[in-house]
Amino acid sequence: MIETLFSNLAIFVLSLLVGFEVISKIPTTLHTPMMSGANAIHGVIVAGAVVTASLANSPAGYVLTFIAAALAAANVFGGYVVTDRMLRMFHKPVPVPTKNADRP
Amino acid sequence: MTTLEFAIGAAYLVAAVLFVVGLHLMRAPSTARRGNLISAGGMVVAVLATVVFALLDAGGSVWAWIALLLGLLAGGSFGVVRARTVKMTDIPQLVSLFNAVGGGAAAAVAFADFVLHLTGVTLGLTSLVPIVLDVLIGSVTFSGSLIASGKLQGVIPSRPLSFPGARVINVAAVVVALGAGVLSILSPHNVVLLVVVLIASLVFGVLMVLPIGGADAPVIVSLLNAFTGLAVAMAGFAIDNQAMIIAGALVGAAGTILTLQMAKAMNRSVGSIVLGGFGTGDEKAVAGAPGQDVANIRQVTADDIAIQLAYAQHVMIVPGYGLAAAQAQHEAADLATLLTDHGIDVRYAIHPVAGRMPGHMNVLLAEANVPYAQMLQLDEANAVFDTCDIALVIGANDVCNPDARKPGNPVSGMPILDVDRAKSIVVIKRSMSPGYAGIPNPLFTDAKTGMYFADAKRGLDDIIVAVKEYITA
Repeated sequence: MIETLFSNLAIFVLSLLVGFEVISKIPTTLHTPMMSGANAIHGVIVAGAVVTASLANSPAGYVLTFIAAALAAANVFGGYVVTDRMLRMFHKPVPVPTKNADRP
Repeated sequence: MTTLEFAIGAAYLVAAVLFVVGLHLMRAPSTARRGNLISAGGMVVAVLATVVFALLDAGGSVWAWIALLLGLLAGGSFGVVRARTVKMTDIPQLVSLFNAVGGGAAAAVAFADFVLHLTGVTLGLTSLVPIVLDVLIGSVTFSGSLIASGKLQGVIPSRPLSFPGARVINVAAVVVALGAGVLSILSPHNVVLLVVVLIASLVFGVLMVLPIGGADAPVIVSLLNAFTGLAVAMAGFAIDNQAMIIAGALVGAAGTILTLQMAKAMNRSVGSIVLGGFGTGDEKAVAGAPGQDVANIRQVTADDIAIQLAYAQHVMIVPGYGLAAAQAQHEAADLATLLTDHGIDVRYAIHPVAGRMPGHMNVLLAEANVPYAQMLQLDEANAVFDTCDIALVIGANDVCNPDARKPGNPVSGMPILDVDRAKSIVVIKRSMSPGYAGIPNPLFTDAKTGMYFADAKRGLDDIIVAVKEYITA
């Protein structure tokens, strides 16, 4: 039990560090889509709802499964769709030359 | 370790890599969309692996799977419909809403794990502690984010709300939540205690966000986003699911960084924002700007502005909250296109917190087809303000207040756009009412500045009409 805890803690801490490293390189221009994209990633809680379903064996369990699944699905589907909608606008083909020329 | 467990572990590893690569690609506009899709791919892998494992390992009752499917259908369709129909100006409250349901889901998963283990296998400390933490954090994010979303939407007044004794109830809620939490770890199998944790945390979430002013709400949304990440990671600890631990930690880190950067750009500390409404300076914001010398204001007409624009070479548009609130991004882009077609160089100076949350202005302008290359960040814009013939400030205030360079006022030290260094300045603004900081802005009384009092949308429409006359004439 304690071995599992420690390996999970190690994964947690290292993921935090990777998160700090990756996120701090994102420019302010993209912060809104990034926040929305990160928001979608915590929709992985839908996997937790699946585990809940596999354990549920009583009416109370079914109700909790439904609640967890509905909330998680709104998070994960909505999160990815709205982020994609935003980023699609950033990625429109632009006929204007880039202005790298006037950078020092 | 069975073959199945090995396969699931491998799938979670793949999902984790896809999440990190996806976030990494979000650092440039050209790759960001692909990054989000890759992250979504990671999500599919993680969830499918969990489904396969759950079916093969535990099985579960048919009713539970039906409940899951119904829930997924209900929540999923709600999320997709809202995501596809939301107006770009309303993005902040939708992000907050999705954050709320994520936190609620995390709390529900932990709560269910506890309830489903009331009989049979006793939960060890390594499960109980994360379960209680998850219920606590998840519930706070759920109610807190709902309130923040309501404030951004305008359903709940965006001014700081407080009532006598709020602070006492707040502290009491924390004490009760923590106390019941500790007790439910010490005496497992007691669901009543966990319900107390749940309710006290929900109350705390509401009371934590109500006193926070609307302008600070995006910072709170970001902070609560970090909380949800932690709650999901805790759920991962509780049910021993590495995909949830990794994803939760990544989001926790993202939310934390964003919160700190945002607070810095607004010249506020996270602590003072969280404690914001408790009688510290926020009342000033509604009182008006004392000391603004209204006698020196030079008002201009749409025609005056059109002449200036038509004869300029370099124009810098400085969009602010007012533009976002009036949804005038398309008008601003139309004006810019008109001028660009006439051979005038037009660019946008975008403050990190312009709009309603960091980077929101970029989303709005992208929606209006403004090329990414025309959007300058703070440093890039400040390097070229000297060469601008005219800076057109649309609904921005504190982010270009030159007093930020002087000590001893609420915006001192805040990074600002050096609009006052442009050769001339035009400000489109509805009235002389102060910005969020509640102080006068000397830019508006500068001899170089012309004020045009109008709603951003209508004002820009009038200017476009006037410019067309000069350009086509």
